Amino acid sequence: MTTPAVISLTDITKVYDTGEIQVHALRGVNLEILSGEFVAIMGASGTGKSTLLNILGCLDHPTEGSFLLDGVPVHTLNRDQMADIRNSKIGFVFQSFNLLQRTTAQENVLVPLLYNRREKIDDMKERATTALTRVGLGERIFSHPNQLSGGQQQRVAIARAMVNKPSLILADEPTGNLDSRTSLEILALFQDLNRQGVTVIMVTHEPDVAQYTKRIIEMKDGRILRESRLSVPRDADEELRKLPAEEE
Amino acid sequence: MRSANLFRIAYQSIIKHKMRTLLTMLGIIIGVGAVIVMVAIGQGAQASIQGQINSLGTNLVLVFPGVFRQAGVSMGGGSFTRLSFDDVEKLKRESTKLTGISPVVRTGAQVIGGISNWSTSVYGVSTDYLSIREWPLSSGEFFTEGDVRSQTKVCILGQTLVKNLFPDNDPVGQQVRIRNVPFKVIGVLSEKGQNSMGMDQDDIVLAPSSTVFYRLSGSRFISQILTSAASTAEIPAAQEEIRTILRESHKINEGEDDDFTVRNQTELASTAEETTRVMTILLASIASISLLVGGIGIMNIMLVSVTERTREIGVRMALGARSRDILVQFLVEAVVISIVGGLIGIVLGVGATLVVGAVTSWTTVIVPSTLFVSVGFSAMVGIFFGLYPAKKASDLNPIEALRYE
Ligand SMILES: Nc1ncnc2c1ncn2[C@@H]1O[C@H](COP(=O)(O)OP(=O)(O)OP(=O)(O)O)[C@@H](O)[C@H]1O
Ligand SMILES: [Mg+2]
Repeated sequence: MTTPAVISLTDITKVYDTGEIQVHALRGVNLEILSGEFVAIMGASGTGKSTLLNILGCLDHPTEGSFLLDGVPVHTLNRDQMADIRNSKIGFVFQSFNLLQRTTAQENVLVPLLYNRREKIDDMKERATTALTRVGLGERIFSHPNQLSGGQQQRVAIARAMVNKPSLILADEPTGNLDSRTSLEILALFQDLNRQGVTVIMVTHEPDVAQYTKRIIEMKDGRILRESRLSVPRDADEELRKLPAEEE
Repeated sequence: MRSANLFRIAYQSIIKHKMRTLLTMLGIIIGVGAVIVMVAIGQGAQASIQGQINSLGTNLVLVFPGVFRQAGVSMGGGSFTRLSFDDVEKLKRESTKLTGISPVVRTGAQVIGGISNWSTSVYGVSTDYLSIREWPLSSGEFFTEGDVRSQTKVCILGQTLVKNLFPDNDPVGQQVRIRNVPFKVIGVLSEKGQNSMGMDQDDIVLAPSSTVFYRLSGSRFISQILTSAASTAEIPAAQEEIRTILRESHKINEGEDDDFTVRNQTELASTAEETTRVMTILLASIASISLLVGGIGIMNIMLVSVTERTREIGVRMALGARSRDILVQFLVEAVVISIVGGLIGIVLGVGATLVVGAVTSWTTVIVPSTLFVSVGFSAMVGIFFGLYPAKKASDLNPIEALRYE
């Protein structure tokens, strides 16, 4: 049994037309990502990592090229169809968490369920609570973002990303705002999700962080410069155990 | 998306911004409240003027000197002709369609008697007056044709005079002095109450027209002639008859205008109705402006809120909200704010109406349809003024919204 390609990019370009100048953010990206991979996208600032991730996340159309997601040609879809794909197949995790303020963790996690058109969900709150329990925040479901630490907020965001059981999680510098210990906790969650079969694609600046993925793609000037596979990725849980115990 | 989810989203956002919501609502609350109070006052005026005209007598036909124009009384071109006793006599002699005829000679006078004195209006009328006005006596009796002929100094008191001059004993048979002329009280009118202007209709003394005309100085003309037709159906014929007789009496040539005005109750009512309707519309329009301002307030706050929440909109889109979901979210917010504001406005408006009614003694009428219309109207205000901001929100590009600082 061959693993199917979740993502298949052919000659993807992206040009931002700002009026005065045209910014060529992507200049022909070819990439295939299989189900169950854990990929890190690295590269200097401005090389098009976020642009690529936005296209993968069906938030934006490429200027040219073809993008198949589970065999579906995303570049031909309209706004609503893209929204439905984002809701059902993709979970987003952002560097700045992007939680709704003045809203409990539970209600935050609930948001993707509210926009779920595929099924009628009667146990939304239970599902949200389950997702929060999985990321270790079962006790904090009624906390507001401003009552949570950065790491905890990011865990709420991860719970939100996985509540609709997507097959793909996209994270743009998810550990960018976190200290190393908290980063490890987040990475452990991603590795856990990945072990359960979720494909994870993560943009990061830190080579250390990339060591916890299975495949590293390096970008330069809107193109893929090189890529490498890690035969034995580091295990975040193990690293966490090595750290001296700390009060949370 | 399921509507339950939709309301959940809007509800959350409203709850999250209590102060902002309240301030936004305030415009609608005041607008709807003002409309309700104003319409209630207008309708009240209409109803009470109507009631007052009805209380004049059902088949009443009135004759005034001069010509009524729309804006009020104006003299018909030439000199002002007064109504005279000759006119009244001629009507009595020649009319076939009138069941009652009474001149009204009116004067203000001080009445001394019983335990006190009292300034009031004295009406000199004929024996037909009570039947024309459908106004029974509560005790005693009315004067007779003989009293009118011989200018007898007898009078009938309204309830207000009874209360003030004879609070403890029956005035019938007592003496009073009207402008220092002694009169014998022979009867008492039943109570009629206040009219819409707060005027006390019981503050009245009736006496034979001839007595008032000749024995009380300063009242030497007939201000109107009251008549009644046999039935409502006969009113137009009666009016025509009065015109013919009076034109003859006033020697008006063919082609010349009347120098008097004949009005039936329905005409009086419709003139009054027209006036009060215009007043109601005017009041309601002024109040509507505040509702409009409230609507603009909603739009203003919604626009600010869309900008403020650009990032939230981006996040929602990233999580799978379609453009329409965002549009509907903001629309529902606007509509819920305006409907809830409208409902609060109704409660306050009705309350304020009751207070106004109690404090001013104006009649106010709350028509239930006004309430439904106000809620419907505020919902429309919400949709109308919420649409633009909602459209703006839903048209946002998810990426740009997410990047928004
Ligand atoms: N909306 C936009 N309009 C115009 N230019 C843009 C837009 N978004 C990105 N760019 C440009 O495209 C290029 C790639 O941007 P992108 O955000 O993908 O870089 P990045 O690799 O994520 O950088 P960083 O590591 O700093 O986040 C940059 O030159 C950037 O200025
Ligand atoms: Mg970036």
